[in-house]
Amino acid sequence: MTNAAHDRRDLPLAVLLMLPALCLVLVVGLVPMAMTVWEALHGRDLRLPWLGRPFVGLANFVEAAGDSRFVDALGHTVAFALASVPIEIALGAALALVMHAAVRARGAIRAAALLPWTIPTVVAALIWRFLFDAQTGVLTRLLQSTGITSAGFDWFVHPLAAWVPIVAADVWKTTPFVAILMLAGLQTIDPSLDDAARMDGAGPLRRFFTITLPLLWPSIVVATAFRVLDALRLFDLAYVMTGGGPGTSTEPLSLYAFAALMQRLRFGYGAALSITVFVLTFAFALIWIRSMGRTLAGERS
Amino acid sequence: MRRPVAVAGSAVLLTGLALPLYWMLVASFTPEAELFEAPRLIPSTLSLAHYRALFDARDFWIPIRNSLVVAGATTAVALPVATACAYAIARLPVPGRGVLLSVILAVSMFPQISIVGPLYLILRALRLLNTYPGLVLPYLTFSTPLAVWLLTAFIRRLPRDLEQAAMMDGASRLRAAWDVLLPLAAPGIASTAILTFLYCWNEFLFALSFTLGPERYTVPVSVMLFRSRYRIPWGEVLAATVVASIPVVILVLTCQRRIVAGLSAGASKG
Repeated sequence: MTNAAHDRRDLPLAVLLMLPALCLVLVVGLVPMAMTVWEALHGRDLRLPWLGRPFVGLANFVEAAGDSRFVDALGHTVAFALASVPIEIALGAALALVMHAAVRARGAIRAAALLPWTIPTVVAALIWRFLFDAQTGVLTRLLQSTGITSAGFDWFVHPLAAWVPIVAADVWKTTPFVAILMLAGLQTIDPSLDDAARMDGAGPLRRFFTITLPLLWPSIVVATAFRVLDALRLFDLAYVMTGGGPGTSTEPLSLYAFAALMQRLRFGYGAALSITVFVLTFAFALIWIRSMGRTLAGERS
Repeated sequence: MRRPVAVAGSAVLLTGLALPLYWMLVASFTPEAELFEAPRLIPSTLSLAHYRALFDARDFWIPIRNSLVVAGATTAVALPVATACAYAIARLPVPGRGVLLSVILAVSMFPQISIVGPLYLILRALRLLNTYPGLVLPYLTFSTPLAVWLLTAFIRRLPRDLEQAAMMDGASRLRAAWDVLLPLAAPGIASTAILTFLYCWNEFLFALSFTLGPERYTVPVSVMLFRSRYRIPWGEVLAATVVASIPVVILVLTCQRRIVAGLSAGASKG
């Protein structure tokens, strides 16, 4: 039997096997996404059902552009990604090197590293909320006793300082994830390269920058992509740790969209806000693949 | 000179990762009044009061049961469906395979906030708000594409020769897949199942939006709502976070290799 004939015979089977999964993806993923776009073009308020659902075109987006709370939330989201991801990548690389170099207790180290990533985000948020708590927080006390912050300083009433516990919790929780991705990259590096460089008299820093880092680069690109996409969707940590406060000074886009949708029940406007999260993540993904995809292909060839 | 620096750096990193968890554990066993005193690395008194309050007054078994049911059911639905799909993508002649995989990856990356509104309307229309299926269905939005993506990566790495040999011996394609490929793919399927379960166990936004009362709250929602407007009962909250972490800790201690394998496969180019 020729290959083509074989292919034709197997196609119905392939379709049959894929059908349930593709139906699920369509019904619970793509259809709701399309509905969000449709809602965003309409004005609907679940508290005012008698107004119906008039078509309003881009009015919701125009309103958002002039809404200072939205503009602030957009800024918060981008700033959070810019602040947290570089720390996570740097610490993740360090942790990966530690895990890679460990000779003894590899299993224990890996378990200790995995735990923060696997526990629920809500749990991580509560732990760090507790550590930074004004009355009971260990970190708050430590920082006060060393004179870094003044007595009675409350992290959660200061509009800028309130970001510190959120970023700290995110870094703590996701550094292990970055480390695991990079560890996979490290393990593909041929140790004889490093040995050869050492023979030639290259110091540890030089070896890191000329051998380890270039070979680690693909893992860094991939880990950064995953982390930025996640950071742009920030919701759980902000909701649990600060509720977006004080005021709305720690409110990311997802949280504002959630407030518009599920609390104020302005479905049209909320849909428009939530689409901006979608657009932001996809714009980043496209730009990243465009610019870094070429670098990756170059690395491989 | 290099070794001491490296050792010290490792110690700082690992301590930084472990200390918050240790602190959660210690504080959950510390009597409420002592939480406000100067912190001690090794507690002077241990008390089970917070855990008693958790299970007697708050009936914390209910959210645990809810989370187990929802995460278990989602995994049970997503895994077979995704395995079939991943097998077809990895092994059968599927036209437009690259595009299909991109769409699947894109859906798994959809921000939850962007679909929470329509899902709410759909579930309300179907009268599924505040029910188990009302959480399993939304959870399938991220777990199905994620599982397909991971399993495709796993199956592609397996050698084809054994299946082909079985087919030469007269086995049908499905029979070869079932008898030969499935046992080989078992570790990958296990990794995927563990990650799916973890994502569902940890999910917050959908659970917050689609459950309406304590009888259906999942663990993350329930823990979050312990706080009143003016006071956070830290002892009980931390005892609850310890309990919420137990299944995860068990999974990490018993299956860390599988978790690492799953994460690495998810990041590999499809």
